[in-house]
Amino acid sequence: MSERLEKGLQAMRTQVDARVVSFMSTCVHCGICAEACLFFTETDDPRYTPIYKTEPMRKLWSREYTFWGKLATTLGLRRPMSEADLADWERLVYDGCSMCGRCSMVCPLGVDIAYVIRKVKEGLSAAGYSPEDLVAASERARTIGSPMGVTAKTLEATIRAQEKESGYPVPLDVQGADYLCLLSSGEIAGFPEFIGSLAKIFHHADVSWTLSSEYFEATNTGVQLGNSKLAAELVERVVTVVEKLGVKTIISPECGHAYTTIRWDAPNFIGRPLPFKVVQIMELLDQLREEGRLKTSTTTQQRLTYHDPCNISRRGGVLQQPRHLLGMVAPNFVEMADHGDMNWCCGGGGGVSSNERANPLRLQVFGAKKRQLDEVGVETMVTACSNCRHMLEDGLEDNDMEIELIGVTELIAENLTETKPLPPSPA
Amino acid sequence: MTAFVDGPLWNFALLVFLLGIVWRLFSIVKAGSKPDYSVARRSAGSGAVMTLFRRFLPRRDMAPKIRIHTVAGYMFHLGLFALLLFAAPHVLFLEQHLLGVGWTPMPYWAFIVASQLAFAGLLLLWLRRLLNPVTRLISDADDHIAAILVFVVMLTGCLALMEEFTGLRVLHRFTVELLMIYFPFSRLMHAFTFIPSRAFTGAWFGRRGVDA
Repeated sequence: MSERLEKGLQAMRTQVDARVVSFMSTCVHCGICAEACLFFTETDDPRYTPIYKTEPMRKLWSREYTFWGKLATTLGLRRPMSEADLADWERLVYDGCSMCGRCSMVCPLGVDIAYVIRKVKEGLSAAGYSPEDLVAASERARTIGSPMGVTAKTLEATIRAQEKESGYPVPLDVQGADYLCLLSSGEIAGFPEFIGSLAKIFHHADVSWTLSSEYFEATNTGVQLGNSKLAAELVERVVTVVEKLGVKTIISPECGHAYTTIRWDAPNFIGRPLPFKVVQIMELLDQLREEGRLKTSTTTQQRLTYHDPCNISRRGGVLQQPRHLLGMVAPNFVEMADHGDMNWCCGGGGGVSSNERANPLRLQVFGAKKRQLDEVGVETMVTACSNCRHMLEDGLEDNDMEIELIGVTELIAENLTETKPLPPSPA
Repeated sequence: MTAFVDGPLWNFALLVFLLGIVWRLFSIVKAGSKPDYSVARRSAGSGAVMTLFRRFLPRRDMAPKIRIHTVAGYMFHLGLFALLLFAAPHVLFLEQHLLGVGWTPMPYWAFIVASQLAFAGLLLLWLRRLLNPVTRLISDADDHIAAILVFVVMLTGCLALMEEFTGLRVLHRFTVELLMIYFPFSRLMHAFTFIPSRAFTGAWFGRRGVDA
C-alpha cells in the first residue's frame, strides 16, 4: 500500500463515528438522493448521485467495520482498497458536489449524505487528491490569511474607498466594540459596497462595531478542502483577534460557508466552546428591525426574489430573517418554487467556486436555478452570500439573462431613512 | 429434516438474528460521537423525534419525482408487515413459540390483498433497481440477495398457506431461517438502523433550527 493511500485511509478512519456507521448501515441504495442533487438533475449522469460520492467511505467501512467485509478481506476474497478508490472520486467530490446538503433533506432513511461527503474529503485531501486551485487557495489562507491573497493593506484601501463612497466612517481595530465583523475576501474584492452598507446601517442604528486588520477572513478553506487541522488553525486566528480586541460578538458576513463554519463547526474544530457569540448579518439586521432601530422610508418597486444560500438557510438555520428584512423594502417580493430549506444551490458552494476546472460543470448545473428564475420572472435577485452572488452572476451572464443581483444588506442600506446628519467626511 | 428445521436450525437462526442485531446496534454506539460545542438554537432531542416521524413521508416538493418509489415502498412494507404480524399461521406461531399471547389474525381475503401488495411492491422496487441507471450503478450484491431472499420467503409462505403440505411449511420456515441468519449482516438492518440514522440527522438539523 502506497504511503499516500495509507494517509488517505487513515484520515478517513479518524472520521468514522456513530453517525457514519449508522448511515452506512442504513442506506438501501434507493437513489432518491439523486433527484435532489443539481449535479445529477442537470447532467443526468448517475455518477453524480450523492450517495455514490460517499463510495470511498462505504468501501472503507464495509472492509474494516463489518463482519463479512473483515472476513472477506482477511481471506483475500475482496481486493483491498487501492489509490483508484480515492483518485477516481476526486472530481466527483470536489467538482461535482457543492456540499449544499439538499440530498440530506430527502433521504427517507435520514442519511446525512453531505456529512459523509465532507468526511470523504478529509481522506482525499490527506492523500493529495484535491484540486490544485483549492490547495493553492488553502495555502494562501494559511500564509497570507486570505484564500484570494487579500492583504490588510488591500482591506485598508477598500475601507478608505468605501468611507468616501458611502460618507460614513468604517471603524478599524476598535478595542471593546460590541461587534467585530468578519469579511470574506470575495466581498472585499468583488462587493466592497457591503462594507459601506454596513457603515451606513450601523451608524443609523447606533451599533458599536469594528473590522480587524490583523485577521478579517470569514471563509475557511480548511472546510472546503477537507482538512480539519487547517480549519482549526484558521478558527484559532479568529479567536485570537477577538480576544485581543475584547469584543463579545462576531458578525458573520454575507457568506454561506463562513457562517456554518464559524457558528456551528468552529467550536468542534478547536474542541472547546467559542469564547464569543456568533451572529449572521441577517440575524443582526433582523434583530435591529425588531427593536425598531432600522427605519426605512423607501422601497424598491422591482419584482424580486431571494436566493437562499445553502449554508445560511438549509445548513445554517437562518431562514426567516432575510424574508422579514425584504418585507420592509420589497413589496413585490416573490418566492421561487423551491425555496428556504429546499432551495437549489448556485452550484459554487463547497469550494467548487475556487476550482477553475469545475467551471463548465458549474455553469451546466446552473440550469436548476435558471428554471426557477424563468418560472418566477423577476427583475432582481437578492441574496445573502457573496460567493453565491459571484456564481449567480456567472450563470446569468452565461445564459444571457438580464436579472440584477444585490445583497440584502445593500438593499436595506439603500432604503434607510436618513435620521441622523451625515458624519464629517473621513480624511 | 423437519425436526432439524423446526429445532436446532430455528434456534441457531434466532440466536444469530437477535445477537446480530444487538451487535450491529452496539457497533454504532461503539463508533462514538464527539461532543458538539456549538450553542444550539433549538433542541436536538425534538429535532431527532420530528425527523424520525417526518421522514415516513416524502417532502411535498420531492413527492412528484419519487412517486413510484414511494408507492411501491409503502405497498411492499405495509404488505410485508401485515403478513408478518397478522397472517393466521404467524399469529399462532408467535403465540405458541415466542410470545405466549396471540391476537386476531387477518381474514383470508386480507391475506390475499396484503400478499399481492407486498409482491407487487417488491417486484416494482426490484425492477426499478435493475432498470434505473442510478440504482443500477449504486446497487451491490447485498441489495439483490436481500431482495431475492425476501421474495423467496414470501413465495414459500404463500405456498405453505395455500397447500396443506408439511413440506411447503418446512421449506418456508427454512427460507425464513436463512433470511434471519443473513439479516444482521446485510442492508436489511435498515429496519432497525433507520431509527438512529434519522435521529442523528434530525438532532443535527434541530440544533441549527432547521426542520429536517
